[in-house]
Amino acid sequence: MRHGRYPLIVSFLLPPLVLYGIFVLSPYLQAFQISTTDWLGYSAQADPVGLANFRTLLHDGYVWNALKNNAILLALVPVLTIALGLFFATMLTMGGRKGRAGVSGVRGTSVYRLVYFFPQVLSVVIIALLWKEIYHPNSGLLNGALRALGLPAPTWLGDPRFAFWCVLAVMVWSNVGFYVVLFGAAMQAIPRDIYEAVLLDGASRAVMLRKITIPLLWDTVQVAWIYLAIAALDGFILVQLMTNGGPNFSSDVIGNRMYDTAFGSETKFGYASAIGVVMFFLTLSVAVLALRAARRDRIEHS
Amino acid sequence: MTTVEETTPAVAPPRSADRPLRRELGVANAFSHTFLLLWAAMTVLPLAWMFLSSLKSNSEILADPWGLPGELRLDNWARAWTKAHIGQYFLNSAVVVAGSLTLTMLLGAAAAYVFARYEFRGRQVVYYLFVGGMMFPVFLALVPLFFVVRNAGLFGTWTGLILVYAAYSLPFTVFFLTAFFRTLPTSVAEAALIDGCGHFRLFFRVMLPMARPGLISVAIFNFLSHWNQFLLPQVLMQGDESKWMLAQGLNALAVNQGYAGDYAQLFAGLTIAVLPVLVVYVTFQRQIQAGLTAGQLK
Repeated sequence: MRHGRYPLIVSFLLPPLVLYGIFVLSPYLQAFQISTTDWLGYSAQADPVGLANFRTLLHDGYVWNALKNNAILLALVPVLTIALGLFFATMLTMGGRKGRAGVSGVRGTSVYRLVYFFPQVLSVVIIALLWKEIYHPNSGLLNGALRALGLPAPTWLGDPRFAFWCVLAVMVWSNVGFYVVLFGAAMQAIPRDIYEAVLLDGASRAVMLRKITIPLLWDTVQVAWIYLAIAALDGFILVQLMTNGGPNFSSDVIGNRMYDTAFGSETKFGYASAIGVVMFFLTLSVAVLALRAARRDRIEHS
Repeated sequence: MTTVEETTPAVAPPRSADRPLRRELGVANAFSHTFLLLWAAMTVLPLAWMFLSSLKSNSEILADPWGLPGELRLDNWARAWTKAHIGQYFLNSAVVVAGSLTLTMLLGAAAAYVFARYEFRGRQVVYYLFVGGMMFPVFLALVPLFFVVRNAGLFGTWTGLILVYAAYSLPFTVFFLTAFFRTLPTSVAEAALIDGCGHFRLFFRVMLPMARPGLISVAIFNFLSHWNQFLLPQVLMQGDESKWMLAQGLNALAVNQGYAGDYAQLFAGLTIAVLPVLVVYVTFQRQIQAGLTAGQLK
């Protein structure tokens, strides 16, 4: 029966490994090496400069400005998205009044889920272009409403005071639906009798959420946190298409810095790779920190 | 998903405890419905606006963003489809995604099956090397990837995009399907082998059909992520406009709209791009939601 095992293992494993090695693994390894050179891309000339790129980085005001924006995204996007996600998921899974002690969702739960999830299946490009039009100072949906109410109509994405927050809002908007469904699925895995028991004991909904649901959901919240943190460190496509980092670098993010450095007017590939390496370690440390901060005793319930 | 179990408590709660609870629920209900409706409106309104604007004239769009179209101007759509080449880009994307999806599923299922079902030296190491790719930010690979693809003579070609999409989707696909193949019963495989079925036939005739639910979930996931890809084509498909992907085409349309002021054409292009996804999503919403959340719940 062992006959014919190895031909299968080799022929099934080799093609994917080769593809993965060429297009995924080797670029990542090369990136680390390129980051220690002064390579300008199209020229063949690439001299090793050690850590000079990283030293330049330390004094690059544009990079620090972009990092500051990423830090704000990192602080706000996960908190807002998870809070909204948990709130809506709770309403949809157990906000209903059906049955005295029973736990059920509000009416129309499936319709809400269908609608909320929709931004998730749209491409980020479409979301960015659509919201750029919504924020449009003259013909936009937002200013149309503000003018109808007799309120002032700012030039949202053209104003350094607002541009960054407009992008942040779109980031939250496009993510919430996914986490409503994710948290909803996790909540439905919690046995109903737990809720029924505490309801009979006279617990209020708020206490139930704080003492039962969130602790039991902690693993999922933790995963959500990491995914959102990684998304907050990226944010590249939204920023590039909506504001291109402007006006006056007010909405710049680190991904935009790297893209401009590599594929902008000057092709400083060595320096761009150094920015990439910094992003890699930032993403990694955020993931590790989030994992450690969120660590609690795992609760089994099945 | 929305099945509501009618539960009757074994012991009825005392009536005095019943009233405040009921009132609390009533208040909570009105409160929650308001917020739920508000968010639903915030999700639907931009899309409805996009759709309506795609039927308006440019002057209508500029004069009154909240107004309804005076008549249904479907020529906006025709203009976006032909003059802005959205039709062409749409087909390009379809060709590339069909290729990359097939390749991803074929290679991913094969690798996952081996990882899940066969013991060999170094299996753990190779598996983690493979699945670890999920954690890397694509950004870091961008610059060298550009040259890897160019040196392979694949820059600006659909083949290049297909191979790269597939390569970057393999980690998640293998991770998801390995877990799935492990859940399938071993007895069926053993019986088939005893009956003289070869290892290859076992895979194609027995295991693949049994793994169908998992394959569908991960295929939907990959379809959406390939279809919505922006960064990779932006970097690897510069130049020749006739080969562009849909996302690139829409972006170019948005940039041109800035000069030409043809808002209606942009909205029509966006609507054309959204409609098929919307139809597919509404049809397969359960599978899509399950497929997209399954990876995170593990």
